[in-house]
Amino acid sequence: MSAVQLCDVHKSFGSVEAVRGVDLTVRPGEVVAFLGPNGAGKTSTIDIVLGLSRPTSGEVKVYGMTPRRAISKGLVSAVMQTGGLLKDLTVAETVQYTSKLFAVSRPVGEVLERAGIASIAGRLVGKCSGGEQQRLRFAMALIPDPALLLLDEPTQGMDVEGRRDFWQVIREDAALGRTVVFATHYLEEADAYADRVVLISKGRIVADGTATEVKALVSGRIIRATLPRAVEVSLRAIPGVDEIEIRGETVLIHSNDTDAVARVLLNETAAHDLEITSRGLEDAFIALTGDAANESTDDRKTAK
Amino acid sequence: MTPQSSLAEALERKRPPMGGFSLTALRLEVRRLLRNPRTMILAIAMPVIFFQAFGRNSAYVHQSAGRGNVTAFAMISVALFGAVFATATGGAMVSIERTLGWSRQLRVTPLSPTAYIAIKMLTSLSLAAGAVGAVYLFGAATGSASMPADLWIITGVCVWIGSLLFSALGLFIGYLLPSENVTQIISVLLMVCSFAGGLFIPVSHFPHTYATLAKFTPLYGLNELVHYPLVGGRFEWVWALNLAVWLGVFVLGAVWQFRRDTARV
Repeated sequence: MSAVQLCDVHKSFGSVEAVRGVDLTVRPGEVVAFLGPNGAGKTSTIDIVLGLSRPTSGEVKVYGMTPRRAISKGLVSAVMQTGGLLKDLTVAETVQYTSKLFAVSRPVGEVLERAGIASIAGRLVGKCSGGEQQRLRFAMALIPDPALLLLDEPTQGMDVEGRRDFWQVIREDAALGRTVVFATHYLEEADAYADRVVLISKGRIVADGTATEVKALVSGRIIRATLPRAVEVSLRAIPGVDEIEIRGETVLIHSNDTDAVARVLLNETAAHDLEITSRGLEDAFIALTGDAANESTDDRKTAK
Repeated sequence: MTPQSSLAEALERKRPPMGGFSLTALRLEVRRLLRNPRTMILAIAMPVIFFQAFGRNSAYVHQSAGRGNVTAFAMISVALFGAVFATATGGAMVSIERTLGWSRQLRVTPLSPTAYIAIKMLTSLSLAAGAVGAVYLFGAATGSASMPADLWIITGVCVWIGSLLFSALGLFIGYLLPSENVTQIISVLLMVCSFAGGLFIPVSHFPHTYATLAKFTPLYGLNELVHYPLVGGRFEWVWALNLAVWLGVFVLGAVWQFRRDTARV
């Protein structure tokens, strides 16, 4: 059974179409990143999965049931982007309050421990830092021992170290078999922590696959080499070269056939210290979600 | 499969009884109230101060009102003021919780909206109990209010339960206005209703036109009803009618806004 199943889901707010036909199946145990620019429809889609909003058309099933039913059974929980906390309760009281709302729940102490906030259990929420509040939201989400955990921009506002610690915990948790879906616009988070990346742009899925597969959707690789006194015109004459950038003694060449270009460079020029790299997720992101890509979103690119 | 249990087990999980309502949640909500000095001062200290200022002069102490003295009459009025202030403010807390995103957070838990409202109403009732209790204790401790023992209990309970009327108003306004200024709006509204309903000056002392108008305001019926056990005399059905109509209006308003809120996306 799928953890999440979205069939041709549309969502409009007045004349604005936030989600424009999303089909998505998340299998149990997957760690899926929702990646997209601001306003791409990530939060709208997550809200639909959480039953916070009803799709204008299309079907949503969470473990084969309606989102609301899955939530009321404690199968799904979520870490929201911001807010959602009462400043005049302590950390432990907030978790205790939450635990009483579910039919089945993990012990409060255990959850505080796992979220790394046992030491600040008695602190008022209003006195906690952004990172501590985020861990508290995570602790609240762990209370029902959910089968599916949804995280909407979970590390927004955290410092680098806080982000790394947070993901460490999530990753350990996911390794035990929990399904995790998270929205982010930090590319490195999607690259490092997700089994699968779903790229969303303007309400549609524009790419879906492992990080490597998504990166491969952007054709070509980059050659970087040291070449003193490089002449752009002569480099451009090499067959297969798409784009050239010369930075002092370093040349950067984009090409679809980097092997052929490398052979010419090494055999026929003074180029040395040559490196070939594939383009990063950032390039894929820009290429697939930029304006140019969206003119032809109907011919969807999918890695699978 | 989830870390602690198998997926098959998880799918068999039950929904919580009573829509997720729990005494723990209620206890924590009351604790939140106690931590908020502003609410405590407005709902509990203010009625006591009003009572001290307006209800305890020697003329009132020595003047009789039905089965007690005028100070007892004033004590009931002030307790009612405190109690409705407490319930209206308590109901309006939903507005602040919506602004904070807490309501949204609760909607990704099994807690049913009805159970949430029940928790809010019981929380504001406990604050109202504090308001009535403080005024009555003050009246008893200073020995200035006098009426038969059973009337202390009967009028106190009537005021306390009757204050639920304004819990509905608080919820209505709390869902209607998504602002943190909702407490100020409630304060102004309650002052107007209290004056018009005869809580500070009995409606029978109003000039004729104002007295007629007063009978249509929301606190008039409730105020007359909670004083009836003390004052006695002829029972007027217009009091009960006034209470029933306003209760209907506030409850329908609260239900309407509440439905709009839960359907909202």
